Amino acid sequence: MAEWFVAKAAELPDGDRRIVVAGKDEIGVFHHGGAYYAYSNYCVHSGGPACEGILINKVVDLIDADRTYQGQTFSDEVHFVCPWHGYEYDLTTGRCVGDSRLKLKKYQVVRRGDDIYVVT
Amino acid sequence: MDTVPNEVRKLNFDDYSTAKHLEHAAAQARARNFQDFLIVDVDAHHYENESYKEVFQYIESPVIRHDVIDSSQRPGRSALINSSVGNQNLGGRITRANLRRLQKVPADGRHRDIAMTLEWMDAMGVDYACMFPTPMLFLGLHPQVEIEVALCRAYNRWLCERILAVEPRLVSMLYIPFNDPEAAYKTVKDFGDQKGVVGFMVTSPRYKPVHDNAYMKTYALLEEMGKPISFHAAYSWEDRALQMTNRFISVHSLGFMWFNMIHMTNWVVNGLPERFPKLKVMWIESGLTWAYSLMQRLDHSYMMRTSDCPSLKRKPSEYMREMYFSSQPMEKPDDPSILEATFKMINAETQLLWSSDYPHWDFDLPGVIYDLPFLSEKAKRNILGANAARVFGLDTKVVKRIP
Ligand code: FES
Repeated sequence: MAEWFVAKAAELPDGDRRIVVAGKDEIGVFHHGGAYYAYSNYCVHSGGPACEGILINKVVDLIDADRTYQGQTFSDEVHFVCPWHGYEYDLTTGRCVGDSRLKLKKYQVVRRGDDIYVVT
Repeated sequence: MDTVPNEVRKLNFDDYSTAKHLEHAAAQARARNFQDFLIVDVDAHHYENESYKEVFQYIESPVIRHDVIDSSQRPGRSALINSSVGNQNLGGRITRANLRRLQKVPADGRHRDIAMTLEWMDAMGVDYACMFPTPMLFLGLHPQVEIEVALCRAYNRWLCERILAVEPRLVSMLYIPFNDPEAAYKTVKDFGDQKGVVGFMVTSPRYKPVHDNAYMKTYALLEEMGKPISFHAAYSWEDRALQMTNRFISVHSLGFMWFNMIHMTNWVVNGLPERFPKLKVMWIESGLTWAYSLMQRLDHSYMMRTSDCPSLKRKPSEYMREMYFSSQPMEKPDDPSILEATFKMINAETQLLWSSDYPHWDFDLPGVIYDLPFLSEKAKRNILGANAARVFGLDTKVVKRIP
């Protein structure tokens, strides 16, 4: 196991992220909603930089009790989106939204004093 | 646990560059030794609207030139050039669509279009790319035929002079103003010998049947020149049937097959392959499943209705199998044997030509072909470059520089 320096905690504010080159791997480290998440930066689709796209909430259809469609809205579930073609991933699990059998490798993030590390 | 020195990067969109955006593509290209063999992209795009100021200067009619320039100064209001309703960049999720304007290119005198194009070509491992326009893919739906003719001619002249004459790695199948058969013929006549013109292209969304007698002399000329005619797919949300769809995924998935299925059906049923046996015909950006499906549909009915297509001497699929197909957006079923059957159906080893469609939202990398388990190395190299080099008459020397 190895720990790779990500950032000083103060330099990685909520909403920010870093891409860590850890040997042959690239890892996206997100700081979001008070928590840290780290995933492989290689998209399950074509290997694009999965962690380098926008963050956006899940889009949901609004279906009434009578099963009629009433428009769309954003839910609370946050996704990050691979910028190459748009594969979306759940920020808290790394699961691919289009096919939950697929997910990005997840890494542990640790804080030591003022420093944030990712563990491989 | 050890702490290892490492590289950390911030996401800084102000630093956007195509090379950075495609760093993983370059890594794939290196890992697969793409530097060792020829890769040709038969369907790549630029955003010609970014160069409209230059293109408009090539419009020959002073009246149309004046009107088009005037209307282009009022973006967001009614314009003389039609565009298309749609959400290609997925609400900003495809970041390069917005970020590309921030890209800095070297101040070495090259056209920005050329510099940006060569950058993604090198990253993917592409030696030559066949360039097509983007907004002009919808120009065949313009209600004023003379605007299609004028803008198409201006674009073709601009492309030949400013891009193709300057950069040998870029070629094009030039836009034919198909809604005016005489202008279509003149386009082939006037531009057929220009540097980098490897064929001619019809944008598929339009309402002119390909078997109209008015086009026969154009097909004959293309056959004589040995240059392919291609049909570049796109969607149209104005189409009566497609108007029933309510999401971009629907109109895109169907539209890109729909128009090419109609043109292909007309082409085959009316016996054009018998009338122009040497004319190379290519179908672009419809993926592959449509051909697999249409071959079976037409063959099935043909056996019962030969009197509907008496010019045919063989089954429809046998003619279709002699045409050319670009690969993107290549469907990848979970079961690879389905894709393998599709490849067999279209004689992929000699008839399939890899394409990226970059920088559009659903682009493919060469890996979509190179990583297929059922292809031989020779078949992969044919599809990725050798087939296109043969059809276009390209030099087969590897000229890219993968970073
Ligand atoms: S590589 Fe990530 S969406 Fe295609």
